[in-house]
This record gives sequence, structure tokens and C-alpha cells, in this order.
Amino acid sequence: MSLLSILGVISSAIFSGTSLLYTTLGEILDERAGIVNLGLEGVLLVSAAAGFGVTSQTGNPYIGVLAAMLAGGLMNLLFGFLVITRRANQLASGLAVMFFGFGLSALIGKPYVGARINSLPRFMLPGLASIPALNTSQFKFDLLIYMVVPMAMLIWWLLFRTRWGLSLRAVGENANTAFAAGRNPRRVQYQALFFGGLLAGLGAAHLSIAWTMTWAEFMTAGRGFIAVALVIFSKWHPARAIAGALLFGGAVAFQLLLQASGIAISPFLLDTIPYVLTLVVLIVWGGTRKYAAPASLGRVYQGTEQ
Amino acid sequence: MSQTTEAPARTSLPALNILLVIVRYLIIFLVAFGLFGVILLIAGKDPVLAIQDTFSSTLGSAYNFSEVIVKMIPLLFTAIAVALPSRVGLINVGAEGQLYMGAWLATWGALTFASLPAWILLPLMVVLGMIGGGLWALVPAFLRARGWVNETITTLLMNYVAPSVVTFFIYGPWRSPFNSLYPQTVDFVPAARLPTFFGTRVHLGLILAIVLAVLYWFAMKYTRWGLEMRAIGGNPQAARRNGIPLTLYIVAVMCLGGAIAGLAGTSEISGIHGRLRPGFSPGFGYMGFLISWLSGGNPIGILVMSFVVALISSGGDILQINQGLPFAVVNILLAITLFVVLARPALLVKGKKA
Repeated sequence: MSLLSILGVISSAIFSGTSLLYTTLGEILDERAGIVNLGLEGVLLVSAAAGFGVTSQTGNPYIGVLAAMLAGGLMNLLFGFLVITRRANQLASGLAVMFFGFGLSALIGKPYVGARINSLPRFMLPGLASIPALNTSQFKFDLLIYMVVPMAMLIWWLLFRTRWGLSLRAVGENANTAFAAGRNPRRVQYQALFFGGLLAGLGAAHLSIAWTMTWAEFMTAGRGFIAVALVIFSKWHPARAIAGALLFGGAVAFQLLLQASGIAISPFLLDTIPYVLTLVVLIVWGGTRKYAAPASLGRVYQGTEQ
Repeated sequence: MSQTTEAPARTSLPALNILLVIVRYLIIFLVAFGLFGVILLIAGKDPVLAIQDTFSSTLGSAYNFSEVIVKMIPLLFTAIAVALPSRVGLINVGAEGQLYMGAWLATWGALTFASLPAWILLPLMVVLGMIGGGLWALVPAFLRARGWVNETITTLLMNYVAPSVVTFFIYGPWRSPFNSLYPQTVDFVPAARLPTFFGTRVHLGLILAIVLAVLYWFAMKYTRWGLEMRAIGGNPQAARRNGIPLTLYIVAVMCLGGAIAGLAGTSEISGIHGRLRPGFSPGFGYMGFLISWLSGGNPIGILVMSFVVALISSGGDILQINQGLPFAVVNILLAITLFVVLARPALLVKGKKA
């Protein structure tokens, strides 16, 4: 195995982990405000389709990324309407949003199946370019990849160092107490969902516009659910989410490595590695995670009307 | 809200009650079809024609109607597979994966014991299908019972593993040498096929599913198990203090749900396809979840909603052909129906929790 192919595997691990990290960060925001969004899979699909379609129409991938973000935010607001305003069950509403996303993304993406787009331009960080071993086309990344770790830091700062983050976490722990302290739980939850949707949209945009550069029905292949699992793995903390995304990226890299090395393992069995690994991680982490979860996660805030 | 809908049920005539139920469902579907039409209109399609096509293609002739019934069979199984665990507060979103693993083990039976007569082979396949689905559900059940991982996320993740395992066997050891174009297993022997009725594709699975629905209703209403399950679903802590074996129930009910989902897979491959194909389920497991939720776990509701969902997804085939819409678009209609119920729960028939 040559150095070049190893670098190639690392590079695709980074590409694969990036969309997941954005999505996981978005879900961390949702869940810190006390809302489990199982509809993430559908949100991702709609964002990916919308971003791809807009890129194809305008020829500008950056506008496509913005469209994907907006689509993600709007999908999450729809979910928010059900679970915040209508106080519906979060798990069932999430799955309804998932179905909605399956259908809507197929409808949006239909004209763009097989279309070619200008993807996000890839460039090399000036520092990296000076290392000759890395100076290959495989280590040119797009803007979204360079932004993802700073974004995780930003989310950490927002959650743990700002007033807004404090009230968001307070709502997730106990909405009634937050209300008594002068916060508006519903508004905070809507804000969390909208920002979470923007982040999920970024993840989806990276998947369809920057990495695969295609649109296909069900192209997210369970990434939404893996992100939900990674939130548990990361104990609702943005910094640990980086490790989670690296782990998933590593699983994909491992899968590619096995395929590239010509070991006679069916590609269909290799496809299951990320899901099985996620399951194993959940089991190993299972015992301690309870204490980290926001206290009223999944609970419907009933409000304080008469 | 559930109080107001239940209170008059004791005093008023049953006929009036049923009428109310029908009116409620009609309102749900009118709103859902209306919103679906708006989305189609935005997409530049003719909504009236699309909805017209959906109905004429499904209810237009006896044969088309029988095809709706054919689609309804796996949905009945998967809906019960979700409804049963939901009685003890478990959320089984994994019927899709359990269905595939049931079909997988039943196929193993059909290929290995092909020389057995039908009266042994078919029951054997049914049992194997139940074991396959049940074992697949054992993993999330065990993890949940130990209090390690919530079953919602594990069942969802395992849905992505099962089809890959099935595809692996179809491309690998079980691949038919006679058909190089489409990867699939060899055709089952006639003894491994469920009998069909009246020259249609409606097969014995329908009877099986309806018997199962009746059993489910009876068990929930008249047996000690049903009572204890309702107790767990109502208040797990109180149930535990009353000496109900909580862990045992969680594992047993979840596995039973998985076994029933496995039956859906078995009846599909044995009754319809006659061989195992990759991706033979267009999301029956997920639709079953939806049906179970829409019907509140009520057996009659499951029958009605399975029919409606079967009708909608049959209509999806026609939308695909006549309007050039992708098949997945039927998911929009299903989702909007669910949105309406979630946003206006008073519309949902709150039966006396089965």
C-alpha cells in the first residue's frame, strides 16, 4: 500500500466526517434545548436536494450552500411547530418529518438526477502546501471542511460562554425553572431548532455540493441517525463531537482501506461497519451517558397557562 | 382531551360512535389530501389529476382493488409489530430491519429444506421468519432492558444493517446461477409458496395477519398479560412495585414484535416474490410505524389505516407512471396525514388503549 493511497483514505475520512460533524453540532443545539430531533434524516435530505438544485440553477455553489442552510432551518421550524407549539410527541413528530423529507427531497431533486454542478472550490492551506508529502490533490479541501472545527468551537462558546447558551441549556434542563427565571422557553427552543437546522443544512450541503457532487434519492443513508447517536456518544458536548465525527470518518476510511487492499470481504458487509461501530460505541458508552443528558430531554413543555 | 372523546362512548349508540370515527378519519384525509395538492401545485403538477389517478387506479377495478389488499398484508404485520411493543412504552422503529431478517431466515429454510412437503415447509418457514425477526429485535430489547441504550436509536441503526446482510447473501452464497441480470436467489419450490386466492396475488398471509390482529386484540383486552402490559405502559415504576417482571416483559414483547415483523418479510417473499431479492421492501416497516401511531395501537384502527396506507402507496405507482413523480412522493402524503394528527390530536380516535 503506497503512501498516496493511505493519504487518499485519510482524505476521504475527512470528507465523510465533515458533513456528520455539522449535523451532530446542530443536533447538540436541539437536544441541549430539550428537543430530540429524529427527523434529522429528512432535514438532511431536503437540504441536500435544495442545495444541489440551487447550485445547479445558479451555477454558484455558495448560493447553494446558503439555500441548503435555509432549507434545513425551515424544516426544523416545521418540526418545531409540531413539538413546541402543538406540543406533539417528539419521536413521532421526528419520524413524520423524516417521511416528509424522504418525499419532498425526491420531488425537489427529481429534475437534477445526474446533473453536473460546479462544486465548492478546493484549495490547500498555505501551511500544508509546504509539506511535500501532503502536497497532492487529495489534500485540497473546500471551505466547509476548514470551517468545521472552528464551528465546533463557536458552538461550544455559544453554549457555555454566552447568556443565550445559558438560557438554552436552562430550558433543556428544566423549562419551568427557566421560565421562572424570565426566559421564554418556547422562543429559545425555536431559536435552537432554527440554528440546529442551519447547521444540519451545512452538513447536507457539504455532502451533496462539496463531496459527492451528485443528488440521489436517500443519499444520506442514515447519516441523520448516526448523528443522533453521535450526540449521545459526545455526551451533548461540541468538542467531543469532533472525536465522534473523526471516529465515524475513521470507520469509513477503514472500510475503504479494506476495499482498496483487495481483501475478499463483500462490500455489502463493509457497508455495515459505520452502523455497527456506532452501535458498539453506544453500548460501551451506555452506562455513563445518563448523567450528561439534559434533564428534560424529550419532555414537552406544557407552558404555564391557567 | 382523551376524556372528552371517551366519556360519551359508554352512553351513546355504537352506530353513532362509528359514524364519528369515520367523520374524524375523513377530516384527517381531506386536510392531508388538500395540503398534498398544494405541494403538487407548487411543484408544477396537476393536483386534481394526481389525486384522481390515485383513486381510479386503486379502486377502479376488482383486480386493482385486490392489489391494494396485497400491499395491505405486510403493513398489517409491521403495524402490529410496532403496536405491541408500544403497549409497554417501547418504541420499535426497527420493523424494517426485522422484516428483512425474517425473510432472510425463512429463505434459508426454503432453500435448505426444499424437499419437504408444503404442510411442513410452510409452517417451518413461518417459524424461521419469526425467529429471524425476533432475534434481530433481541439486541435492542436487551440493551433497553439493561438500561444501556434507548431502543429508538438502536432499532433505527439496525435498519441499515439488515438489508446489507440480505444483499450480501443474495450476491454471495445464495445467488441464482440462472439469472445473471438481476441478482436474486433461485426460485422457491412450489411447496415454499403461500397459496393465493381467486386468481389474484392475495395470499394466505392475509388470513394470518387478520388472525394475528384478533389475537392481539384479545390478548390485550382479556388476558393477564394484556393487563400487565397496560400497567407497564401506564406507569412502569408502579408496575414494578406490584411485582410485574418488567425486564422480562420488555425483552419478550420487543422480540415478539420483531417476530411479527419477520412474518411480514416471510409472507412477502413466500406469497409474492417466490424468491429473495435485494430491497424487496419499499419501507413497509416505517409505514407500519406510521399506521400503528395513527391508529393509537387500536386493532380496528390498524385494519383501517393499513388499508388507507396501502391505497396511498399503490397510488404512488400510478403517480410515478402518469405524472413522472418519484415514488417516494407518497411519503409526503403519508407524512402530512401524520402531521395533521400530531398537530390536532383531538382528531385521533383515542380508543380505550386497546
